[in-house]
Amino acid sequence: MDATDKAREEFHAEAQEIIETFGRNLLALESTLKSGADDPALVNEAFRAVHTLKGLAGLFGALRMGALSHRLEDVLDHLRLGRMPLDDTVLDVLFSAVDAYQQLLLSERQGLQEPLTVVDDLVERLGQLASGAGAAGDLTAEYEIDTGLLAVLTEYEEHRLRTNVEQGLRLYRLRVQFELATIDKALEEMKTRAKKHGEIITYLPTGEASSPDSIELDLLMASRDDLATLIGTLGADNVVIEEVPRRAYGAHSMPPARSMVPEPPGAIEAGEGADAVEGAARSIARTVRVDIRKLDHLMNIVGELTIVRGVLARLAERVRSDGNRALGTELGRVHRSFERRLTELQGAILEVRMVPLGQVFDRLARAVRQISREVDKEIRLVITGSDTEIDKLIVEELSDPLMHMIRNAIDHGIETHSVRASVGKPSAGTIALNAYQKGNHVMIEVEDDGAGIDELALVEHAVRAGKLSPTDASDLSRPDVLGLIFLPGVTTRDVAGSYSGRGVGMDVVKTNIAKIGGVIDVQSEMGIGTKMTITLPITLAIVSALIIELADQTLAIPMAAVSEAIVFEPNRVRIVDGKETLSLRGVTLPLCRLERLLQFPPAREPRRRFVVVASIAQRRLGLLVDHLVGQQDIVIKPLGSTLTRVRGFAGASELGDQRVALVLDAGSILEEVLAPTEVGLSVAEGHG
Amino acid sequence: MTRILLVEDSVTMRGFVRGALLAGSPTLELDIVEAENGFDALRLLPRGPYDLVITDINMPNINGLELLSFIRKSDQHRDTPVLLISTQSSDKDRRRALELGANDYLAKPFTAVALQEAAQRQLERAR
Repeated sequence: MDATDKAREEFHAEAQEIIETFGRNLLALESTLKSGADDPALVNEAFRAVHTLKGLAGLFGALRMGALSHRLEDVLDHLRLGRMPLDDTVLDVLFSAVDAYQQLLLSERQGLQEPLTVVDDLVERLGQLASGAGAAGDLTAEYEIDTGLLAVLTEYEEHRLRTNVEQGLRLYRLRVQFELATIDKALEEMKTRAKKHGEIITYLPTGEASSPDSIELDLLMASRDDLATLIGTLGADNVVIEEVPRRAYGAHSMPPARSMVPEPPGAIEAGEGADAVEGAARSIARTVRVDIRKLDHLMNIVGELTIVRGVLARLAERVRSDGNRALGTELGRVHRSFERRLTELQGAILEVRMVPLGQVFDRLARAVRQISREVDKEIRLVITGSDTEIDKLIVEELSDPLMHMIRNAIDHGIETHSVRASVGKPSAGTIALNAYQKGNHVMIEVEDDGAGIDELALVEHAVRAGKLSPTDASDLSRPDVLGLIFLPGVTTRDVAGSYSGRGVGMDVVKTNIAKIGGVIDVQSEMGIGTKMTITLPITLAIVSALIIELADQTLAIPMAAVSEAIVFEPNRVRIVDGKETLSLRGVTLPLCRLERLLQFPPAREPRRRFVVVASIAQRRLGLLVDHLVGQQDIVIKPLGSTLTRVRGFAGASELGDQRVALVLDAGSILEEVLAPTEVGLSVAEGHG
Repeated sequence: MTRILLVEDSVTMRGFVRGALLAGSPTLELDIVEAENGFDALRLLPRGPYDLVITDINMPNINGLELLSFIRKSDQHRDTPVLLISTQSSDKDRRRALELGANDYLAKPFTAVALQEAAQRQLERAR
């Protein structure tokens, strides 16, 4: 990759971030608008986002993005300067800009130059919007504001000042000493406290700090409250507050102000200690963008180090058993220390890969807004746990399946206004999007208060589609019936209306979730609603696994899917419905002879065998294996392309002592063995 | 060694400016110190002197005009040339910048050559 490509890639990444921030901003704007409040800072932030995009687009010759940003900037400029009211129509146009940006960015990334009519139309609409804006009034010069302060106001800040003055608010001048090191946080705190009383309009460093490590800012603030109240909230040792007096009418003489013209040059003072730090601070930007592949590489190195750790442990053991106790103990200590550091390193790298789910949820919130308008249903989206963190790679893959599920919930779950009214439900349907961490998993729920799934109609449809024999149909348990919606070919198109179908591509959703190591479950009550639950691993990069042996092969089973391992007692096997089962503490556990499922060549079975109880979400299965080798952290590597079609395996992993283990894909094995119908059971069936 | 303080909140824009400046002065040794907002700039200023400050206008909290005003008031930096860069469509902001003592004003998007020339002019004038 040459430098230009790298810069372009960085541009795309930054643009993507800005567009996402912009979208979040609009959602916040919409909710403040709905609550009847007014947050000018949000409009200004949106303006700044678009403004930055415009600059970047210009830099990289992204003409369409530049044109769109330019028009959008005009509209936002009118909005923030109060020349145009913010209403639903304007918001709609702004929201469509987020989608237009996403499309632009996509075609930009693929190097396409095709015209995008959506964008052109939008540019046109923005132009019409902007031309309808009124003009702004004049700044009232009634206050004795320091001209030094007035001179540094940007046009936007000037507008805010004017608006506040027109509303009859008082103006205050705050002189605040900040520590340079902590100014960002301290100022944020101050802004939060000040927000209750009014608005801080500008921040001017005075250059009169009490020490080299501190800085004094001159803040201009507008507020409804009196001086005593403000001092009560904002007063502190480092804060001096005074009210800006109103000018007497007629007296227009300006108070003497500090000159804003540079004073005659004096000798340049070399800052104290300047030599010492010469060149020390190249840049203090505190974040870097990292390609996730580099983190994968780091993780692979850690994986290789875990192999070294294993070797070290064995060495220590051997030295000790050879009789050299002192050296053995020493080696043992090195091994433990190495192990501790390695765990820390692993944790630190994993942490870097984690991103909050909020990234995806924001996108979904915009989609809900859009879809509910298209289908004319009122939807209340309630999001919890958007700060739940998950591996970056998983987040990327989650967007499509979740979008699908939300779309289904709105299209088929939530009833129309009239139906909801007739059954006594509130006219706005609720979709809850909940995320939370549960042990080593992240759970995501999509829940609606719609019509629920008509199970009878679903079974009927599955039988008609040839997915299920009528005899099997009568034997299905309730969860199994609901599971039918995940079968390929069960679509709602031909039964739409006869049951509130969710079959639209749910098999695809399930496959996509499975690809990132997750499973999806569904619960539904007719007339009450439907809840889909996705269970996901927190990370894909490294997993703790149980190493087992079976038919002379070494296999790894991710610990996340293992609940326990027990000694196999052949005389306790019962045949239920033609399948082998075990009774474990009173609960029936289906038994799977893995070597048959995986079609391993026959080998001699040891006298004593084990059952590994695998479980994901509510599903449990006993896997019969020959030996338990132990627990180990492994890095899962994808199988070569010729092997990717082998079902039941998630990949392969090096175990250290030159052994390679195939890693079982517990999710897909559970699915295959426990599938409610004969579809997909070609291997497992018939051995029971 | 010529030292330049670059204040800009977009990482891409910082990268572009840095690249353009370095490309434009193969002989002159440049030390470009980057700040991503006004606060960082305030922290970095005492580590000066700088031969040139290049700053964006639109930044959160302390904007480019406020930074410029601070520089003009400071004993240590009042003579440092300041080059403002902005997409600011507002003539008022531009005029204000020049009134406050900005030495030059470049509107984004600008070409690498325009930036090199503007920076070169300021560096030579100060010399």
